[in-house]
Amino acid sequence: MPTDAPAHLGRRNPLSTVVLALFALFFTVPVLWLVLAATKTDDQLVHGNPLSFGSWAALRANWTALTGFGDDVIFLWLRNSAVYAGLALVITLCVAVPAGYALALTEFRGRRTLLVVTLVVMIMPNSTLVVPLFLEVNAVGLIGSTWSVVLPYSFFPFGVYLAYIFFSTALPRELLAAARLDGCSELGVFRHVALPLAAPVVALVGFFSFVGNWTNYYLPYVLLPESDQFPVQVGLGTLLANVPQFNPTAGALAVERPQLALAALLAIAPVLVVFLFSQRFLVAGMLAGATKE
Amino acid sequence: MRAGHGFVAPYMVLLVAFGVVPTVYAIYFAFTDAGGAFVGLANFVAAAEDFRFVAAVGHVALYLVFWLVTLVVFVVGLALLLHRVTARPVSRALRLLYYVPGALAGAASVLVWLFMLDPAVSPAAFLLRAFGFDTFGQVVAPEHLPVLFTLMAFWTGAGGWIVVMYGALNNIPADLVEAARIDGAGAWQTARRVQIPLLRKWIVYMVILTFAGGTQLFVEPQLLSQASVGVAGRDYSLNQLSYDFAFQNDNVNTAATISVELLVLGLVVAGLFVARSRFFDAD
Repeated sequence: MPTDAPAHLGRRNPLSTVVLALFALFFTVPVLWLVLAATKTDDQLVHGNPLSFGSWAALRANWTALTGFGDDVIFLWLRNSAVYAGLALVITLCVAVPAGYALALTEFRGRRTLLVVTLVVMIMPNSTLVVPLFLEVNAVGLIGSTWSVVLPYSFFPFGVYLAYIFFSTALPRELLAAARLDGCSELGVFRHVALPLAAPVVALVGFFSFVGNWTNYYLPYVLLPESDQFPVQVGLGTLLANVPQFNPTAGALAVERPQLALAALLAIAPVLVVFLFSQRFLVAGMLAGATKE
Repeated sequence: MRAGHGFVAPYMVLLVAFGVVPTVYAIYFAFTDAGGAFVGLANFVAAAEDFRFVAAVGHVALYLVFWLVTLVVFVVGLALLLHRVTARPVSRALRLLYYVPGALAGAASVLVWLFMLDPAVSPAAFLLRAFGFDTFGQVVAPEHLPVLFTLMAFWTGAGGWIVVMYGALNNIPADLVEAARIDGAGAWQTARRVQIPLLRKWIVYMVILTFAGGTQLFVEPQLLSQASVGVAGRDYSLNQLSYDFAFQNDNVNTAATISVELLVLGLVVAGLFVARSRFFDAD
């Protein structure tokens, strides 16, 4: 623990202070720049101090121009992102929590195999299967449907693993045995004993699921052909393609750079809010299982 | 007995529908032609002989080397430095600052870095100019791309791992570190002989996950190819090439071979890790 360390260990090494400060700048300046960029005109962006505030009027003008792009399509993209990530979050929780519970605390044939498969699949990046997934979804005629994105998002082995670790460490088997002796059915044990204690793992699985799905680009890019179905991540790509400074062939619907910055801010806002309050989830999730030796 | 199956049934359905079936599909397409006839390894040969394939493998490999080395060195280094900061609020604030760019993962971080790398608008324009780059086109020259993608990946991904590594350092019993100090070990010695060996498991975990994710490089080169008028080609990475085989060249069979190759690579790495690391000996 840092605070328990003897005082001399904490004596500042000037070099380490400089390194830590330089990295703080590296990580924060681009975010700060992005926030400020949304308040400028394109001219101010090029000629003004990069880290200065523009004006509220310019911010309002950028907002008007951005929302004017394709008749409010930015709101549609944000709404799509919310629907995809939100539905997937609900389904993931309904699927992963009982599965993790069963893997940890019940006996059934194939349990060990399912556990190993879950561990292996969890380490593989889900984008490996995007092109075959397209072929599959195409074969059943679901291309372009909301479910073509939501259901693959809901397949979340890492969430099952987290629930498994949680239930096998946090819930004493004796408690379940006692409930069973009292005549509780298996479903009753889960509902009345396990579920009320599961709030921490629900938050944990929810965090990883929501952040992962909100920021996913490749899967919706491949599976959703129409602009009005895009989540905001893919929409950002469309906006980028209409910025003349980056793409000289951009059409008549030109997007100015500060408007693109504003769109990026809107796109990250929900995840940013989740992030600011969730550092401990990240540590708890990634270190899950570490204490079980 | 029965109840267990009931609890895992929905998960099994998703596992089959979105894990097993696409895998079988990929294998089926990879070994057949457009008419569905078995063609052996012909599609793999066709993909490997495509002039873009070897280049894409090279791009991804070079990117992975840069990215993994950078990640391990700086994540471990910064976590150790942060762990020595005695003022708790300072350490906590720094961790949060390092971690926040993770919220911009995906397309948003690419957009931010397009701006950061454009000398016309970048707050680091003085640095870019000091390196002799006056235009965006010079900065995103093809030979710079592995470094630039590493920069983007590090910016969004490192903070989360620093937070995790810091948490792992906190789990090391304080008396171990104290014992090393009494034996006369300095900060560097303590890190090298006590802390880093105990972090090994986490470093391996980080490398495995990052390696697997890194082979899937897509959004960064894809958006950059849109924004740089072809400086970065649209077939820079393997996933981009697979996408183009499937949707530009209308050749899903060749596209599927790349999926199968990445799948095998991912399976081998994940399988080795699960089998060798004893990481998941929870059961």
